This record gives sequence, structure tokens and C-alpha cells, in this order.
Amino acid sequence: MTRLIMAALAALMLCVSMAAAQDSPIQALLQEHRVLIEESSRKTIQPAIDALRDSGFPEAQAVLEKWQAKDLWQREADKLFFFVEKVDSKNYRLLDIATGEAAGEFPKKELNQLKPNSGVRSLIGAALVQFQLMAKDPAKRIEALDAIQRDPAAEHLVALSGAIAKETDPDIRDRKERLVRLLTISFGETEEARIAAIESFKGDLGVDVRGALNPLVATSREVAVGTLPEGVNIAAVLKPGSTAFSEAEAYDLLVSKDLVLPRITAADRRAALQENITDARVGGVPVAQLNTEEARERAYQALAEAGLVRAAATQAQIAEALAAHVFFEKYAEPSAAITEAANDTLSSINTQVGFNQFIDLTLDAMSLASIYFLAAIGLAITFGVMGVINMAHGEFIMMGAYTGYVVQQVIPDYTVSIIVALPLAFAVTFAAGVAMERLVIRWLYNRPLETLLATFGISIALQQLAKNIFGTQARPLTSPAWLDGALVLNDVVSISYIRIAIFVLALIFLGVFLFIMRRTRLGLEVRAVTQNPRMAASMGINPDRINMLTFGLGSGIAGIAGVAIGLYAKVTSELGSDYIVQSFMTVVVGGVGNIWGTLLGASMIGFLQKGIEWMNPSNTLAAQTYMIIFIIIFIQFRPRGIIALKGRAAGD
Amino acid sequence: MEKSFFARNPSVLIFIGCLALFTIGVTAMSEAMGTDVISTSFLKTLGKTLCLCLVAIAMDLIWGFAGILSLGHMAFFGLGGYMVGMWLMYARTEMIVVASMANAEIPPTAQEVVDAIGTQIFGVVGSSDFPVIWAFADSLFQQLLLVVAVPGLLALVFGWLAFRSRVTGVYLSILTQAMTLALALYLFQNDSGLRGNNGLSGLQNLPGADAIPQAQISLWFFWASAFALGLGYLLAAWVVSGKFGSVIRGIRDDEARVRFLGYSVEGYKLFVFTLTAVIAAIAGALYYPQAGIINPAEIAPIASIYLAVWVAIGGRGRLYGAVIGAAFVSLLSTWFTGGQAPSIPLGFYTINWVDWWQVLLGISFVLVTLFAPKGIGGLVDHLTGRVSPERYGADLGPDSGSLQEQEAEK
Amino acid sequence: MKLRMTSALVGALAFATSAMAADDTIKVGVLHSLSGTMAISETTLKDTMLMLIEEQNAKGGILGKQLEAVVVDPASDWPLFAEKARELLTVEDVDVMFGCWTSVSRKSVLPVIEELNGLLFYPVQYEGEESSKNVFYTGAAPNQQAIPATDYYLEELGVEKFALLGTDYVYPRTTNNILESYLKSKGIAEEDIFVNYTPFGHSDWSKIVADVVALGADGKKVGVISTINGDANIGFYKELAAAGISADDIPVVAFSVGEEELSGLDTTNLVGHLAAWNYFQSAEAESNDAFIEAWKAKMGEDRVTNDPMEATYIGFNMWANAVEQAGTTDVDAVRSAMWGQEYPNLTGGTAVMGVNHHLSKPVLIGEITEDGQFDIISQTEEVPGDAWTDFLPESAVLTSDWKDLDCGMYNTETSTCVQIKSNY
Repeated sequence: MTRLIMAALAALMLCVSMAAAQDSPIQALLQEHRVLIEESSRKTIQPAIDALRDSGFPEAQAVLEKWQAKDLWQREADKLFFFVEKVDSKNYRLLDIATGEAAGEFPKKELNQLKPNSGVRSLIGAALVQFQLMAKDPAKRIEALDAIQRDPAAEHLVALSGAIAKETDPDIRDRKERLVRLLTISFGETEEARIAAIESFKGDLGVDVRGALNPLVATSREVAVGTLPEGVNIAAVLKPGSTAFSEAEAYDLLVSKDLVLPRITAADRRAALQENITDARVGGVPVAQLNTEEARERAYQALAEAGLVRAAATQAQIAEALAAHVFFEKYAEPSAAITEAANDTLSSINTQVGFNQFIDLTLDAMSLASIYFLAAIGLAITFGVMGVINMAHGEFIMMGAYTGYVVQQVIPDYTVSIIVALPLAFAVTFAAGVAMERLVIRWLYNRPLETLLATFGISIALQQLAKNIFGTQARPLTSPAWLDGALVLNDVVSISYIRIAIFVLALIFLGVFLFIMRRTRLGLEVRAVTQNPRMAASMGINPDRINMLTFGLGSGIAGIAGVAIGLYAKVTSELGSDYIVQSFMTVVVGGVGNIWGTLLGASMIGFLQKGIEWMNPSNTLAAQTYMIIFIIIFIQFRPRGIIALKGRAAGD
Repeated sequence: MEKSFFARNPSVLIFIGCLALFTIGVTAMSEAMGTDVISTSFLKTLGKTLCLCLVAIAMDLIWGFAGILSLGHMAFFGLGGYMVGMWLMYARTEMIVVASMANAEIPPTAQEVVDAIGTQIFGVVGSSDFPVIWAFADSLFQQLLLVVAVPGLLALVFGWLAFRSRVTGVYLSILTQAMTLALALYLFQNDSGLRGNNGLSGLQNLPGADAIPQAQISLWFFWASAFALGLGYLLAAWVVSGKFGSVIRGIRDDEARVRFLGYSVEGYKLFVFTLTAVIAAIAGALYYPQAGIINPAEIAPIASIYLAVWVAIGGRGRLYGAVIGAAFVSLLSTWFTGGQAPSIPLGFYTINWVDWWQVLLGISFVLVTLFAPKGIGGLVDHLTGRVSPERYGADLGPDSGSLQEQEAEK
Repeated sequence: MKLRMTSALVGALAFATSAMAADDTIKVGVLHSLSGTMAISETTLKDTMLMLIEEQNAKGGILGKQLEAVVVDPASDWPLFAEKARELLTVEDVDVMFGCWTSVSRKSVLPVIEELNGLLFYPVQYEGEESSKNVFYTGAAPNQQAIPATDYYLEELGVEKFALLGTDYVYPRTTNNILESYLKSKGIAEEDIFVNYTPFGHSDWSKIVADVVALGADGKKVGVISTINGDANIGFYKELAAAGISADDIPVVAFSVGEEELSGLDTTNLVGHLAAWNYFQSAEAESNDAFIEAWKAKMGEDRVTNDPMEATYIGFNMWANAVEQAGTTDVDAVRSAMWGQEYPNLTGGTAVMGVNHHLSKPVLIGEITEDGQFDIISQTEEVPGDAWTDFLPESAVLTSDWKDLDCGMYNTETSTCVQIKSNY
């Protein structure tokens, strides 16, 4: 019974709210364009947006903004539009779009959220410009500028020019002024204004500037009969037969303009022959013999002579057709003065861009080098100083990364968790390294190749253990907010903060390593044990202890590297094995037993890889392949690496 | 010198005898003979295992006898597979294409046939043109020649470069690892012309042998693998038994001294390196038609490391050790990862071998290296009562290899 | 010493042959990698299969028999896929197999199941250009994912310049090939299509992201179509976020990034980037709610569902119905029963299995949201999967019809069957 009453009440409320809602003129306007709004396609939505924008209703701005933010809902029962407020996960309270009054609560099932796609959203954004350009909220004004930039149009130019004078925020004002100049390039009224705007951008690196200028100087290939046409902005005249424009290309151009008949391809010929088979012969040639190109050519010519098919154009005919036409490249922009100014400005920009791209590439290479260095520095200690091949080094990196992940699960604050994770990762991998050294490696000091095998065993065991514990999915290791984003110098040169942080970390480790090795008792003892364990032992140094500590140190650094690498890439159980071969090569190329060598090795590999990538941007895999081949060849000529140890310390 | 080769190497005869018995036994139990005790899939596994044993022998020659830990021999193994795979794919596709084109109204030209084969083979990876390296793929003989020639040449060039500049020990290991990584990465590229990551597949279907059941074909390959293994063992045993064997063992133990004695160390090393590469390639050429597919992941560095591990577990420096190691570990691994090994419930946790096999394998490498450096083959010494001196402790003399502390105490 | 080796061999042999099929159960083979690089994606599907089989058994099984899952681990090792498939079919005598993820693993299994007349359900979106008698493809073909997404770019976002970024293997290669040809047919010039391939697990993305940004220099709207696979995506999206590329400026649509992949990422900076699939967890349908609930109950609250899981779900249920209909698990009978088989999908519509062994499914385009889910902004009607794409000249003339033509690679121009078996 109660249910019935409730239902009746709900129905009554619906009627009431419906009546109220339909009253408002903006609702009526929306209903008028309901089909378009529901369809929500960029191609068709414009009239609906325009109608709202030009309606003059005070609520229009709010409706557009809500719509853009996917906050406009529709009630399925009567197709009316509402704003909503969430009551709980299943129910929403409807708000009238004109008055903001509550219009009852409804389950989510009976409502329909409008989800304009980003194409539609940008159109709404463009429509909002006129409201937002003068808005009080600076964020809204910036939004308007973004919208103009995404969808430049002539009508924005006037509005924008008018808005500059009233702008109070200097940054936004600068941006507005720049945007006006940018729009003037494309939509300026006089040629002089446009040329002035173009010239004002000389040396500007912005992608948007090039984006505005390049369409002006875009060319298309055209052809004309006889002589060059008048009143056309011609970029260049093309000579058929030159390297840039072969005769075949010229003929294809004629074909594409329907000025001559297309060439007869092998497939065309085959089809023609097939159609003209009579009594198992084509043009007098038996079908069974048509399995060579020559026979087909013969048969086709016979058919052509008989007038059954179109004869192929001869060389002379092609030459004649080419001679009868002129070919040229035409600018899309009709004014020669503007294209000249644009070309001029672009060439000045391109020099700048080339230079900055070089800087950007160098930064990338340095960043890659620092990552390799960080991954290899632990190895430089265990392999370089102690001569122990630790194939499980990669797994120590992985352990560090997982430590970071676990810490983030316990400590939700990203900044604190990273500060905790770094020393903890060191501690965990230090302990693991010491355990491994005590249990396995110390028994194998005089059998280096077997160390390789034993540590490889540990490596696959650890990798599988990580899979069993953490699962095979990649785990998130999120950097704190202050490491988000990138340091943007201009539109060409930028580098993410996380890479800068890794670079700094690599430098710190270089310093720490040098400090420990050169300035501490431990370093002295390590060097002594490395050079001559027997002699060191007789001086009162405990080589066992030193070996243990050195190995622990190398492993610990790998752990910290793991946190850093996990931050910029991913945390999976295979994280370590991705770096192990490269790390070994870094150490070997640089020269074993010398930290500067490792640094040089990492730099060389990083720069080389980026260099090859730059030459062949569509295939990163090739870059890695050629880099390794280069290393193989390099080692042939410097088998001991870039910085080779000399004398007794060189060993074997 | 009076004693015959076999009398000096009794293990060769024992090995060949065991291999023959094993082959006959498996044949008798196989599906093709109607007895059906051994399924075709297991027969294929056994045939492949024999190929792995052969490449393990090659590894033992280069590592156990010549002391060069090559971490790149699976590259040669894979190359051998690629070379034979090219012919298999080409010939099979050619038959399909010719058959489907026979219905056309106009007979196809030779070029059209080749183009259609190209479309069939490379359509999968979004291209249709034949790369240059497929120039010989239409001829079985030439392609078989390449099985030996391509890996042999690569080994020769690489070895010449490496040994010439006296890259030794760990450095050489890493260099060979780099070589196999570079090759794998190169083959991963589509531009390399060997179908990139997809590799060559459908290799188990011999061209023109559609009517013959796989049970029969597998048996043929099994016989071929057994024959190749026997021959390979014989060759390896012969190589290491004479003066040549003494020299390469000498190089393993102290390269510098052998060089000072006037031997061309580089020449010996290069010969062994190339020879083993060729053996590995032949093993690969027999392996992949049984596996059915070859792709660049097969020659990733990890494969070669596993190879070294088999030899280490089997016992290096003795040929049968390598065979035992390869057979034992690869079959065990098949068994554990196949989900056939029973799970062990511990009450609070169930040990699922699919998850824990790798851990077990890893730990057993460590244990073998630490406690049984001679590997499984060392058990033979136990049985025959042969005991080698305990060479533990620090060297007493100035160089490594001299009498050691504990040894001296005895 | 030989004794030891042979005894080991005989031992292993005994295990291999001892498993005999019991008559009172229907055996279902699960051929997904549980270790190696692909385990990250495939383990989920193994768990899905086990859940589905459990549910079916609770409902009384099929034909009055209980289902028994036979799980093997091909360990992301492609030859091992062929070996395990043979083992499943000959030693375990399974009636059907569900498995594979990568194309190369499927190509490895194909000859074996075609030789032994097995039955495989393949649940992952793939590059098409294939129709095997023995495989049912429940994932999307290019015309069910890549082409509609590209249309969305052209129509809705007005993209004029395309960056096709992919991992270097067969799916991206073929898909990009099809897309290039499609884009050219839509009037996009060759120089407006930038293609890049990276290795598996690539992590150094700064240069490539910078290259993409630089594409905007000629004033055309740039869009990225990503076929980047697996964990390489994490580095890519992190770099994208760091470079501050907004989805409004340079949108990225991915074909291999689903809920599962996003769970390894912080998505706050990726809001608005796109993915195209046939299913999203956020789809509103009762069956979907039930599916998600069952999955979370089995695997834990934080687990998500994704498209290949839905494909597995549809495939499994279709197979179960087909077996009930055929009254037997015999492969030929089940195959005939599969043609035209209908089953409600999880997004509210109905999936239909075509005679070319591909499904009809709706295409959904979703925008990444802050909670690692997708907001569905576009959903089409059901699109029938096309085995041979219409946008490459060689395959435009091919069609597949196992019911009437009994051929998976039929040339409509010459009216001949090119081959009965598949291209491997």
C-alpha cells in the first residue's frame, strides 16, 4: 500500500517538475535541438551550440559549461535536461537548469548522462569564449584562450583585440597579445598587418607559430596546358626529368588530372588478355604459353592491332604529352608578399629549431646515460672492483623497486614514502647482497665463470619469487607531485623533472662512490683488498669483512637505483633483466675497475643510442641493435674498455 | 698409440650403445609403430631433447674443454633453424600457391608465382616482397649449405675479431652475450626480412608430405636427431682425444703458457669456436622442424645461459656430462611446467610447481655450483672410484693453478 | 651413467602418458602463459576460465557431465605453445581449448590444431587476415576496433595528422598497415602519417613523445594511434603525462590498454585519452554487474575486468550452448552448432558468431578517468568481424565462409579457395 502511495507521489512530483521544467525558455531551446544534442557528433552539433550561445539567456553560459564538463543529464522518461547532485552511488537529485531548484531524486538507471566527446567539447569551448574572455576568474580566461588556440577562427580576432585593453593580469595579457598576432597571420584584414604579424614571430620556437605559418607556404603540384597561368602564386616551376620531378611522376600527375589516359599495368593487361580468350588462344598466342611477360606483351600487341584493346602509350606519345604541359608548384596562399614573409620567418625559426632540437637530444641522451649509469654503478663496484659477476644485479634493482612499491602501500603520502623508500631499499638490498656474498659468492672467488652461473640461478629464483609474491601485473610506483611535469624551456626543449631527479641522483652516487673510495677507511681497505688480498690481510685488514661490505654496498646502490627506475618506468618482476645486459656492457665498455670509465661508458651508450634514434626515428629497435654492434666492434679495438687499468691491478 | 680410439675412450662406445638402445626402444614404443606407449607429442619432445644434447656437446667442447664460456651459442643454433625454416616455408607455400593458381585462366608467370608466395609468407607481417636473404630459399640443397655456412661464417668473423684482440674470460662471455642479443634484436625487426617477432612457423609440415601422419614424420626426425647426436659425440670425442684435445685443454688451464710454448692459441680457439658453432647450427636445423616455429625470442641471451647451466649441471669437461645435463634439466623442466607434477599442500599454503619450479631450478644451480662442481657426471667418478685432488684454498705459489693449501696438506 | 639418463627419460615418459581421460567429465584445455613476459596478461584469462568452469559446474555442467579444466603453462615460449597444444589434444584428450594471447602463439598452435582437428577459442583483439576452420576468434578484428577508432578521430576529433606508435610485432605492423591504407583512402597524405616501432618493454619514451609534439608544427591537428603492448605503455603514459600533453591537444587512442594495464598507473594526468574496445568495465548492464561481482568475489576487490575477459566469457558460454545443442563435444558437430550462435554480451547487446568464425560485437570508445576506468563516450551497433580486411588490395578480394563455401580463404575474384589450412 505504502509503495503505491509512494509511486503515485513520485508520479505526481514528476508531473509537477515536468511542468516547471518545460516552462523555462532555455529548456525549450534545448528540447528544440534535442536530437542533435543526443546524437552529439562534432559534425552536426554546431547549430545547437550556436543557438545556445546566441540565445542571450543568462543561464546559457552555465548550461554550456556544465554540458562541456559532462554534468548535463537527461531524464529518460520525458527527455528533459537537468543538472544533478549525487545522493548516493545509485541515486541522483535533479536540479532545474534554469532556476537550480531541486526537482526530485531519481535512480541512476532512469537518467542519462550526456557525454560530449572531446571534439564536441572543443566546439562548446569555442562558443564559451565570448563569455569567458572577460570573466572575472583568470582560470576561465585562460580556458577561453586555450579554446581559441585549439579552434582559431576569424571572429575571435575582434573579440580578443577588444579584450586586451581590459586585461589586468600581465601574464594573460601577454598571452592575449601573442594570440592576437597569431590570429592576425591567418585572419588579418590587410596584407600589411599580416606581414607585420608574420615578421614579429622571427625566431619564435612555438609550435603554434609554425602551425600558423606552415599552412601559408604549403604547396600543391599543378599542371597547365601551354604556358604558366597568370595571377597564381607560384612557388617553383617543375621540369619533368629532373631529380626532384621524374618523368614518371609528371605523367602520373597528368593522369591524376585526367589530362591523359592512364598507363596499362601488368594487372590491366592480364585482365584484358583474360577477356579476349578465344579457342584457348589470345591474339594468336596459345593460352598455355602466356606464362612469360614477353608472350603476354606479344599477345596484347596483337589484340591492340586488332583494335580489341587500347594500345599502350609509346615513349614518343608520353614525351609529347609532357612537352605540351607546364608543371609548377602553387602556394595555397594567393599573396606572394605574404608567402615570402612567411618563408623568411620560417627559415629563421627553423635554424633556431634545429639548434634547440640538438639541445633536446643532448638532454635526452644525458638522461638515458644517467639511467644506465645508475643501473650500472652498483655493478661497477661488484664487478669492476671485486671482479664478481653478479647476474642477480638486475634482481637487486627489482627488489629496490618493489621495496618502493611496498612502502607506498604503507605510507600514502608520496613525498614521505619516497624519502622512506630510498634508505629502506638500500637496507633491504644491502642485506640481500651481504647474505648472497656470505652464502654463495665467497666460495667462488677463484672461479669467476661459476659465479656467473650461481648468481644466474639466484636471479631466476628471485624473479620467480617476485612473481609469486607480487603477481605478474605491473605495480604502480608513483612519483610525488613535485616531480610531475617537465621543465619546459620552450616548445622544443623540455625534460621531465623525474629525469632531472635521476640525473641528480646519479651525480650524487658518483660523489658518494668517490668519497667512500678515496676518503674513507673502508675505501682504502677495499682498494687494498682488491689489489692484493694476501698483503692486505697481513696488514690487519679482514678481507672477508671487506668483501662482504663492498658487495653489500654495490647491491644497496642497485636497490636505490631500483626505486628511481621504478619511478620513471614500471615495476615488474622483469624490471631487472631489462637492464642487466646493458649494465654489463656499460661497465665493460667503460673499463672495469674505474668509476670514471663507467661514467664514460654510460655516456657513450646513451649518446650513441640517441644519435642513432635521431637518424632513424621510426625504428627504435634498430637503434638498440646498431648500438650493440658498435659496442662489439669497439671492444675489439679497446678490449679493456675506454679507461683501462694498467700495471698489477689490471689482473689476469 | 697402439690402442685404438675406442679402447682409449670406452665412454664413446658405451654412449653410442645406450643411444642406439634408447632409439630402438623409443621407436618400438612409438605411435607410428602402432604400440602407442609414447605419444607423438612426447616423441617430439624426446627428439628435440636429443638436439639439445647435441648443442650441449658443442657447448661442452667450447667451455668444458677450451675454457671459453660462450654465452652466444644458441644464436648459431637459432640461425641453423632459420636457414632450414626458410626452405620449409618457401617450399610449402610454393605448393599451395601453384595449386591455387593452376585454376587461373591464364597460366601464371614465374614472377607472379614468386610474388604470390611472398604475399602468403609476408602478408602476416604486412609486407609482400621477398627480401634478398631469401634468394636461395627455393633450393633445399643451397639452403642446407647455408645451415652450415651462415653460422660458421658468423662464428669465424666474430671469433677472429674477438680472439685477435685477446678478449678473454668474462669479457668474452659478455661479448658473446652481446652478439646474441644484437642478433635477436635484429631479427625482431620486421625489416630484417625474417618476419620479425612472428618468425617462421608451420615448420613441422614437410612440403609434399601432407599425407604422411605427424607420428611418422616425428619418428624420422627422432632418428635423424639420434644419428646426428651419435655422430656429434663421436666427432667431439675424437677432437678432444688426440694432441689437439691436449692443446685446447692446455689453453683452458693456462693460455699464456700454451702461447709461450709456441702454439697459435688464437688459431686453436677459432677452430673450436667455429666447429662448435657449426655443430650447434646442425642441431638447430634438426630441432626447429620438430618444434614447429622459430622466432627471435629463441636466441635471446637467456637461452644461451640455460645452455651453460645444462652443461654445468651435467658436468663439464666430459662429453656425456653435457648430454646428461641437457636431457635431465630440459625434460624435468617440461615435466614441471606441464602442470603434471603434483602440487604439495602444506596446509597453510599449496606449493604449485608451475609457480615454484623456477625457484627450485635457480636454487639447484647454486647448490650444484657450490657443492658439486663436477655436476651429475661427477657421480660417475664416484662409481668408478676416481678421485681428483682437492683443489680448494688459496694458491701457494705466485700464480693461480699452482698447488693449493689443502691439497698440500694431504 | 647412461642408465641414469634413460631412467630419467622413462620416468618422464611414464608421467606423460599416465594421465588418461576419464569418461564422465568434459575436459577443457586452458592454454595461457602463467610465466614469462606474457603472464602479466594471460594469467587473468586463466583465472577467468577457472571461474567460468566453476560456475558452469555449479549449474550442473554440460550434457550432465562436469567440466574439468586442464591448465598448462606454455611459459610465453612460442614453440612450447605448439607442444602443449599437441599434448592437450593427444595426451589429455581435451574437447576444447581456450587460450593464446599473442598472434605468434596462435600461429604456433594453428598447424597442430588443424592437423589434429582440435578446437580453439582465441579471446584477444588481433590483426585479422586469418580464418581457421579450427579457431573461433572472439576478440576484435581490425574493423571492430582500429577502423572505428580511426573514424572517430577523423569525424569527431577532426584529426588530420596521425602518429601510429606500436610495439614491433605482428599485430601493430599489420594493423598499422591496414590503417595507413585506410587513411590514404580517406585522403590523408603519406607525409601526414608518422609511424614508429619500439621493442617490447620499451621504457625510454622522451624522444618519441617529443617527435609527436613536433608533428603539430604544420598546423594540423595531431592524433596518436597506439598499438603499444603490455608494460611499455606504463613508461609511455608516464612520459606523456610528464610532457603535459592534454588529450584535447593531442589525443591518444590505444588498442592494447585496458583496465588491467591502467591499474599499474596513476591516471590523473591521463584523463581524456582514449581506448577502443568491445567492452569496458564501466559498461552499464545487469549481466556486467553480476560478472564483475563474481570476479571480485573470487579474485579480490581491487581486481578489474577487461575486454579479453569478456571475449573469453562470450566464447565459453557460446561453446557450452553449442555443445548442448549438438549433444556431443565432437569438434565438427560443435563447429556447425557454433555458426549463428547468439549470446548476450556484457555491454547489453547480443553477440553473434559468424560463419567466418568471428563475432559481431559493438565498438566502444572510452576516455580514461581519474580512477583508472573508462568513460564510454561512443558505442556503435554490433559490427560483424571481418576476417579479411577490405582496406588492403590483396585481402579485399578474400572472404571466409566455413558454412557454405567450406573455405577460410576464398578468392571472390577467381571464385577459388586459396587454401583450406591457414597461413602460418
